[in-house]
Amino acid sequence: MDQFAVNVFVRLRPSVLDPAGEATKSASIKLGAEGIKSLRIGKMIEVIIEGNGENEVRGKIDLLCDRLFANTVIEDYEYSLEKL
Amino acid sequence: MDNFTVGVVVFPGSNCDRDVSWALEGCLDIRTKYLWHESSDLSDVDAIVLPGGFSYGDYLRCGAIARFSPLINALDEFVKSGKRVLGICNGFQILTESGFLPGALVANKNLNFICDDVELDIVSSKGGWFKNVDEKQTIKLPIAHGEGRYHCDSDTIKKLVDNELIALRYKNNPNGSSFDIAGITNEKGNVLGLMPHPERACDETIGGTDGLFTLKSLILK
Repeated sequence: MDQFAVNVFVRLRPSVLDPAGEATKSASIKLGAEGIKSLRIGKMIEVIIEGNGENEVRGKIDLLCDRLFANTVIEDYEYSLEKL
Repeated sequence: MDNFTVGVVVFPGSNCDRDVSWALEGCLDIRTKYLWHESSDLSDVDAIVLPGGFSYGDYLRCGAIARFSPLINALDEFVKSGKRVLGICNGFQILTESGFLPGALVANKNLNFICDDVELDIVSSKGGWFKNVDEKQTIKLPIAHGEGRYHCDSDTIKKLVDNELIALRYKNNPNGSSFDIAGITNEKGNVLGLMPHPERACDETIGGTDGLFTLKSLILK
């Protein structure tokens, strides 16, 4: 069995308003940071997972992303995968 | 209808389960039974309420974890059989997360937790959920949510409108919901999800009785 470290990024779809991102953008400007054009907040999920090779692990992660980690009505996901 | 029993689902973190039970038993004389989320035996209930609260602490997304409970797995069969299911607030979030209703509920536009009474237009009579004796077309119900902004794409809005699935719309949209949507039904009409709390409007002494008819309609066939 191989072990993989997977970092999953879940982001609100561009069409979905992100009020928490807007509030953070506003606070960033108050802090004095200049030039911020857009700020949106997502989630990162770190998974350590075992499987027989990268393809099998990708299959499991795809299922998890699609069914649990992200709600594809409002969110997109992508992930990076590293063999340990 | 003497033995008609409404199952009130209890998740870890539900906090309106007892209110729903009080409104049904105390105000409407309808028998209730609490259903723990790990139960998948729905054979002795005739309708189900998914109450408000914070199931599983709202972890990941509101309603996302509840979707995987044995009870929600058993709900598919129950809904297909035509029995009625009412999802209130967190219950509505669970119904969208588990695919019984389209769309999703996300953080209110102003990021506030909104606790208020709101006026609502009754849009569709599908399922008979809002039929009241006065034939009122506008009702007032309490809302209490931080993540109640209904979101869906424009194709879904069109489908909801064309099939008369929008049950309730806010008169003065408090949370930024698409198309002012406060509640929707499935195509059959036996599943209703809504953000307002009908169980908190079942007695004149605590702010009105506009919620009575929705709870009472659980016993409709």
